[in-house]
Amino acid sequence: MKFKNILVLILLSIVGFSCTKTDKKQEEAITYQCPMQCEGDKVYNEVGSCPVCNMDIKPVVEKVKANHNPEQISETSIFNLTTKWNTEEGKSIELKDLKGKTLVMVMIYTTCKAACPRLVADMRNIEAQIPDKYIADINFIMVSIDPETDTPKRLKEFAIENVMDGEQWTFLQGSVSGVREFANVLAVKYKEITPLDFSHSNIISVFNSDGELMHQQEGLGVDNKETINTILNLQ
Amino acid sequence: MKTIFRLTIWVMMSFVINTNGQSNMVSIKGGTYIPLYGRDSLKVTIQDFDMDVYPVTNQEYLDFVIQYPKWQRSNVIKLFADDSYLIDWISDTAIGKNQSPLAAISNISWFAAKAYCECQDKRLPSIDEWEYVAMANENLPDARQLKTYNEYILSWYEKPKTFNNEIGSTFKNYWGVYDLHGLVWEWTLDFNSVLVSGESRKDVDNDSDLFCGSAAIGATDLMNYAAFMRYAIRGSVKAKYTMRNLGFRCVKDKIE
Repeated sequence: MKFKNILVLILLSIVGFSCTKTDKKQEEAITYQCPMQCEGDKVYNEVGSCPVCNMDIKPVVEKVKANHNPEQISETSIFNLTTKWNTEEGKSIELKDLKGKTLVMVMIYTTCKAACPRLVADMRNIEAQIPDKYIADINFIMVSIDPETDTPKRLKEFAIENVMDGEQWTFLQGSVSGVREFANVLAVKYKEITPLDFSHSNIISVFNSDGELMHQQEGLGVDNKETINTILNLQ
Repeated sequence: MKTIFRLTIWVMMSFVINTNGQSNMVSIKGGTYIPLYGRDSLKVTIQDFDMDVYPVTNQEYLDFVIQYPKWQRSNVIKLFADDSYLIDWISDTAIGKNQSPLAAISNISWFAAKAYCECQDKRLPSIDEWEYVAMANENLPDARQLKTYNEYILSWYEKPKTFNNEIGSTFKNYWGVYDLHGLVWEWTLDFNSVLVSGESRKDVDNDSDLFCGSAAIGATDLMNYAAFMRYAIRGSVKAKYTMRNLGFRCVKDKIE
């Protein structure tokens, strides 16, 4: 009998403890609606099925308010990423520090022998076709996928070697996980093959001054007309 | 009497699995193995690390979004998750009616999975780490040559809705890890290192041994097919995608 009491006590104490732990805020009122909207905007307060088409009615997900405040960052903006980056000039920045200019971005690594020189050439080619009066409003950004090798010093040397040391060019070194995350935002794939060699997607991305993706150019030496038009339309 | 005793055990069990936030981990001894798709040399070396015994559950993920509201369904930003994020949940803080708190969480993006692990001071496993642990069966660290091992995985591919099953309902492997095969697919940290030519993004540097016919079609055992499916999934998803049968678990580096 005593044993039984002890067990009950243990049971109660555990239950009591988990209750305090899972104590939640009151659930918000949920409304349900037919996914086909057979009855227009009509909503229900309980789960069930639509009287017209018989489909299960679904919770109404509130549409997230569009943001028109210029100080705010929109949902799809890369400025939502809070990772830290070093520039070739040795400055530490976050992506949102790049706000205000059109961004043309590519991911490369400086020890690359195969595709990168051609990707870099594609970037230079795009830059050359932009009329001078717009250049000050555009930032051409090379993000290294090899942050261990590509230090700010190495990136600076690379910039000078390739005559890309002007104001409009920026080179970024991130952390290993920051680079992985950024590549995932661009849907760029890459894999280290040997310590100085990577396989990677060849994608040039254009962002507007709010950090929203406007256009992606895939492949090497492809026709860049559309990319240039996208950039010019943003000016 | 017996009932109370059982109930106590049950509550204690579920308490351990459920509410401690820091789910159980086991130690994985590193080593060298040959993955389906390696690097320059075939062999890959894995360091020692700890891995979650179970995939992250609905209940654990619920606790997470309560603590970090920015990952609730109505707050998550589009950059980090697509529209089907937590789609079966009743509200921001309530899981679906037909979902068990002890089933593996799914319909979460890579960003969400990564944030979850980081908030617990853990991380997602790399593909190589995940595959290294997942090649074990009950008794062997590398069971890939066994017919039964491969048949088990392939038979799971044929079973519908295994994502509704509770964690721990498949086998405990050599390392003491459950459910690597049989419930849900799992996100890996570097899933975007699977370079697929033709099928997904044509611009990728040709990783010619990926999707090379000899690896999958000409295989004499079924191992390549089961693993090939996992690599194909990894090669085809983007980080903000959410899928009903894609969950995750976390790992942790050993403190030196």
